[in-house]
Amino acid sequence: MSSRQNARRARGWSWRWLVHIITIAMSIAWFVPILGLFISSVRTQADTADSGWWTAILSPYFTSKNYRMAFDQIGVFDSLATSLAIAIPTTILTTTISVIGAFALTRMRFVGRAALSLLLVALLVTPPQITLVPLLRLYAAVGLSGTIPGIWLYQVGFTVPYGIFLIRGFIGGIPRELFESAAVDGAGTLRVFSSIVIPLSLPIMMSLAIMQFLWSWNDLLIPLLFLGGSPMAAPITVELASVAASTSQGQGPLMAATFVSALIPLLIVISLQRYFVRGVLGGAVKG
Amino acid sequence: MDFLMDNAILLIIVGAVGIPVLIYALLGVGERILDLLPHKAGHRLRPLVWLFLPLALIILILLYPVVSTIRSSFMDATDAHFVGFDNYVWAFQGDMLGVIGNNIVWVVVLPLATVVMALIAAVLFDRVAYERVAMTLILLPTAISFVAGAVIWTQMYAYQPAGSTQLGTFNALLTALVPGFRPISWLQTPMVNTLAMILIAVWLQLGIAVLILSAAVKNVDQELLEAARLDGANELRVFFSITLPVITPAVLVVLTTAMMAALKIFDIVYVLTNGLFESDVIANRLYSELFHARDYGHASVIAVILLVAALPIVLLNVAQFRSEGE
Repeated sequence: MSSRQNARRARGWSWRWLVHIITIAMSIAWFVPILGLFISSVRTQADTADSGWWTAILSPYFTSKNYRMAFDQIGVFDSLATSLAIAIPTTILTTTISVIGAFALTRMRFVGRAALSLLLVALLVTPPQITLVPLLRLYAAVGLSGTIPGIWLYQVGFTVPYGIFLIRGFIGGIPRELFESAAVDGAGTLRVFSSIVIPLSLPIMMSLAIMQFLWSWNDLLIPLLFLGGSPMAAPITVELASVAASTSQGQGPLMAATFVSALIPLLIVISLQRYFVRGVLGGAVKG
Repeated sequence: MDFLMDNAILLIIVGAVGIPVLIYALLGVGERILDLLPHKAGHRLRPLVWLFLPLALIILILLYPVVSTIRSSFMDATDAHFVGFDNYVWAFQGDMLGVIGNNIVWVVVLPLATVVMALIAAVLFDRVAYERVAMTLILLPTAISFVAGAVIWTQMYAYQPAGSTQLGTFNALLTALVPGFRPISWLQTPMVNTLAMILIAVWLQLGIAVLILSAAVKNVDQELLEAARLDGANELRVFFSITLPVITPAVLVVLTTAMMAALKIFDIVYVLTNGLFESDVIANRLYSELFHARDYGHASVIAVILLVAALPIVLLNVAQFRSEGE
């Protein structure tokens, strides 16, 4: 018996080491590309052409020139402004319209309610590509092509099923008594919505807002297709893609621009991780 | 109007403050009108007032385009003449077969690689004191755009001919560790490039999968696990006969999420190879049919193929939703 216990302990010991080794190796491996990005963004052009980014760890010589070039020549500042002009309204509008839809879907009775819920679930995983041909032509016909509000319209409409789906469960969890006592007090529907539903749904609205901001900020396909001919600078994803294709700007400034583009979403995920996690776990799949 | 269209701050104020206030005001007006109606009529019309905007958006951005695209897939390049199944025949021959083949590789390899790695991470992270740190590091790439991810990984995959200093992380590492290793041109070698780009997608999205599986792993009954261990079951046995069956629903969620991502993969391929070196995928081909060939019929048929391929996942989701009893 004791020899078996010893064997188990020995096995447990080596198992525990394996757990640590794999966990640490994976964490490091996942961080290395980001580290490489940052280091390349502060190395000189000559160094980058001469040796791999990791050599800079042993013999650091850093410069801010790439960042100056990213702002002066690639026009990162204007691209960030465009990205914000797309992502902030898209985020707020998606959250607003989703909470309105979720409230109606959970608290009101009407014919076809169950069918509507099923439709929303089906639309969750619709690939965006299926919408492109008709909407490109529609946008061209009504003058929405190349406009920022056109992008809001697309991104909000595309995410509203997900938003309603995410918030729905949360509103369903609000105790019935709250609504009943509000009705007894004579509160109208709008009053119930703004003084019960909104305050109690704030955490999940925050989660939706974060998910939508990240999606909108990181989206390439929609602005690439719909924003051509806009008087504004291209949003940061479109700008990065075109700089990466041209290579005339050199590696350093591209890496600096990429690092800047990743900074805002990285800060959001790190500082608001709790809400981000809830958004991921509550929504599961999105097309 | 024009000064509005190119001023970011004004646009943000209009979109993030103006329109939401307008929406709220319109709801107020709608409610006022409902109050003036007889009680019963008001009660019946209320859902319409509240659902009008969400429904209008969904119809405009999702439902109408789906129907219209299916129609266009039977039309010619200019969407003017009916051509029957010509586009469908085109979609399953010639170089389209290679494109579809690449997407099949994406749809098989990305979900499998994601699930296996996420399971390992979810189970192992659960047992270390620094779980939060490890989790945060794995989550970092999920914040980054696929475009930025692609740019970042150009450094991992950079290639110089054998004999010269390797600037890419993988080639440098392998040259240093494996005697006689010949540097690989990761992004220019057919098949290797597809797998290399799949790895980027795994890197970008693994954090989401680990979060989902990790939440499921923590819900597994601890006493059951302890009992199995006392009975002498080793960790692998415990995992496969207790943990895995319990977390199967979460594994399915991860699989379908990754499948959807693989099906419509675009950004990484567009930025890194633009479909060259036999790495093209359906979504990138759709983009070039739209913008270079300007062929609406071909673009539509590609979109319909994507939709049909997504259909099993859609149905699975609907079935899952119904079984949860609304």
